[in-house]
Amino acid sequence: MALLQIAEPGQSPEPHKRKLAVGIDLGTTNSLVAAVRSGESTTLSDEGGSHLLPSVVRYTEQGVVVGQAALAKASVDPFNTIMSVKRLMGRGVADLKGLQGEAVYRFAEHDGGMPFLQTVAGDKSPVEISAEILKTLKSRARATLEGELEGAVITVPAYFDDAQRQATKDAAQLAGIKVLRLLNEPTAAAVAYGLDKAAEGVIAVYDLGGGTFDISILRLNKGVFEVLATGGDSALGGDDFDLALAQWFLEQLGGKEVVAGESRYLTEKARWVKERLTDNPSVTVDLDHAGQKITLEVSRELFDSLTEPLVSKTTRACRRALKDAGVSIEEVQDVVMVGGSTRMPVVRSRVETFFSRAPRIDIDPDRVVAVGAAIQADVLAGNKPDSEMLLLDVLPLSLGLETMGGLAEKVIHRNTSIPVARAQEFTTYQDGQTAMMIHVVQGERELVDDCRSLAQFVLRGIPPMTAGAAKIRVAFQVDADGLLGVSAKELSTGIESEIQVKPSYGLDDNEIAEMLKASYSFAEDDMALRNLREHQVEADRLLLSLEQAIQADGDVLLTPEEVEHLREQMAILQQLRNGSNSSDIEQGVKVLSQVSDFFAARRMDQSIRNALKGHSINEIEGGS
Amino acid sequence: MMDITQNYFEFLALPVTYQLDLQALAERSRELQKTLHPDRFSHLSDRERRLSVQYTAYLNEAVSTLKNPLSRAQYLLKLEGIDTFSETQVQLDPMFLMQQMELRESLEEVAGSSDPGAEIEALQVTVDREMKSLRDEFDSYYKQSTPTALEAAAVSVRKMQFIDKLGREIEALEDQLFDE
Repeated sequence: MALLQIAEPGQSPEPHKRKLAVGIDLGTTNSLVAAVRSGESTTLSDEGGSHLLPSVVRYTEQGVVVGQAALAKASVDPFNTIMSVKRLMGRGVADLKGLQGEAVYRFAEHDGGMPFLQTVAGDKSPVEISAEILKTLKSRARATLEGELEGAVITVPAYFDDAQRQATKDAAQLAGIKVLRLLNEPTAAAVAYGLDKAAEGVIAVYDLGGGTFDISILRLNKGVFEVLATGGDSALGGDDFDLALAQWFLEQLGGKEVVAGESRYLTEKARWVKERLTDNPSVTVDLDHAGQKITLEVSRELFDSLTEPLVSKTTRACRRALKDAGVSIEEVQDVVMVGGSTRMPVVRSRVETFFSRAPRIDIDPDRVVAVGAAIQADVLAGNKPDSEMLLLDVLPLSLGLETMGGLAEKVIHRNTSIPVARAQEFTTYQDGQTAMMIHVVQGERELVDDCRSLAQFVLRGIPPMTAGAAKIRVAFQVDADGLLGVSAKELSTGIESEIQVKPSYGLDDNEIAEMLKASYSFAEDDMALRNLREHQVEADRLLLSLEQAIQADGDVLLTPEEVEHLREQMAILQQLRNGSNSSDIEQGVKVLSQVSDFFAARRMDQSIRNALKGHSINEIEGGS
Repeated sequence: MMDITQNYFEFLALPVTYQLDLQALAERSRELQKTLHPDRFSHLSDRERRLSVQYTAYLNEAVSTLKNPLSRAQYLLKLEGIDTFSETQVQLDPMFLMQQMELRESLEEVAGSSDPGAEIEALQVTVDREMKSLRDEFDSYYKQSTPTALEAAAVSVRKMQFIDKLGREIEALEDQLFDE
């Protein structure tokens, strides 16, 4: 059966053609890279044997340091050593005030409201800093797997909004990694568990990481992992537990103002105590702070009471996710624990009480996400043509538009299965109005100001009409990565405006291109070469898939004339591809795509018929 | 490009009926997802991936419309030429509206009551019961399929919309009372 096939050490039919694809867990505290080797998904270690790469980037005048070496300097060089950068991803300057205790960095003013951090190496955006972590993992993978990567599945918290997802994808692009898919962390964990156990039924994944919390309810069925509902808090994690304890330390010390290095000293001490409390009922800690020396005893009870509000927040999110999924607690067959923060005894016991069952912890909670991501990367790279595995996800937060009075009108509700496309019609509210502002927001609250602003654009050229006469159709499309595209159209004139949603404080394509250029310290020629290579790969891909399609279905779905025409067009692209004009190749790919679209659609329709074979309507009616 | 001339039921090879077999709906959906989902095309060309996103979005829309009892009823009426999706003004009998006002008043009083949890629970029971009886009412009218009966079915749908909205407000209040 399907699950067994996946679990077997099944190489692709031609092992030498196997594509290298990895799973990357880009975490708040630690990051990992994993790959399927000899049929088994394992995390990859560095030369020193460590699997966990601390998500810490230090900028020096000599260059960039990532990982353990950077972490070691966190207290002595706080402004140039960036920790927990994931919490800044896709955020605007205004959001940072909410991230209490972490604003130890010096932020630089830039256009677009995206926070840049001042370092000795210049101002750095969270996207660039994350890209450094990804580059380190990429070179680790290349060294271990001995080859070029086809691409990667990169995990994100399920509760990440569009801006945070887009920022993650931008970081991958900067690091020169092709993203096969942005995968939700809890789903990745379910994959890692599901394959081993061939589980069927409803499971809950409780994922408490360094900076984010996710709860996902999934239904497993014959290799299909269907997310029913997801919930969480993209600014709640182990860091907050450290901060709660550090705050208590500060109170014991008399509550003086702290500066960056000192606050980091206290949170580091707090983390040290937190980790020891996992195995000890109480821990003694010496603090040497602002000239004051003090010894404190922290019991588990004290720690639990300091962090009680945080744990309660997570169980409330669990209750809501179950409700959204339409599943009762009794129906949940398994609860899976993910993320280093689930090692805390208080978390484990509260989760156990809530679900009335002992949570599963048999896969290392630090590694389980990367392991699952690598399994999917292997499938997506095309190494497992017979795999039945399929991951179906949902939109974590509702998407909407601003309407009159600063209200948010929801166009797609949270927990809708993705991909999804939906349109809504709006009208003008003033006589003679010729332009309309489209403001896209994400969140559950009624007021636009309480939601996340994703993008704003203006649809111009509406013919002057009386108020309410124009019909403006705004269409949303969310892809399998959870990324949004929006287009708007005035229906009576057909005037159209389309945008790839770029977060209000994200990077635009030019900025990314600039950063790419800067980061690959090579000349224009190399950029052009890289560009050419990318278009050639896309052309090859298209030619190959068309060739295979004609061989498989050409006899049945195409007339001989259609085959001939397609072959002519393919020959044209092949010729362009062998040349070195990258924009010609790009154009050629577009043309061939267009002329072959009908064939792709026919094949798709045929596969629908095949999938439903034996389910004719008559037969069903006859049987009931 | 995409063959969306089929209605959702035909697309999923399910009989056109209100008493839909939800188990069958879930199974058909899974079978089609395995064929159409973008992840099945990730190593193929852009063009095929784009097409698969469109198809899967259509499939997801079909499944979510048919899964929900209210939108399923609305969709069945739409196939019969009665559009209740985009109505803004509807006329309903005074008795029903009166009952709605009373329910809304009870909802407003919940926050100030001594046991909001129990009050909400009681309201939820009422809403579920009303919804169930409207569903049965719709089904019996819909089955008769005469023009008069279909108009009556449309009235049931409009009432369901009221109850559905109330249900969502109860949910919102619950979130507000217990989650903040």
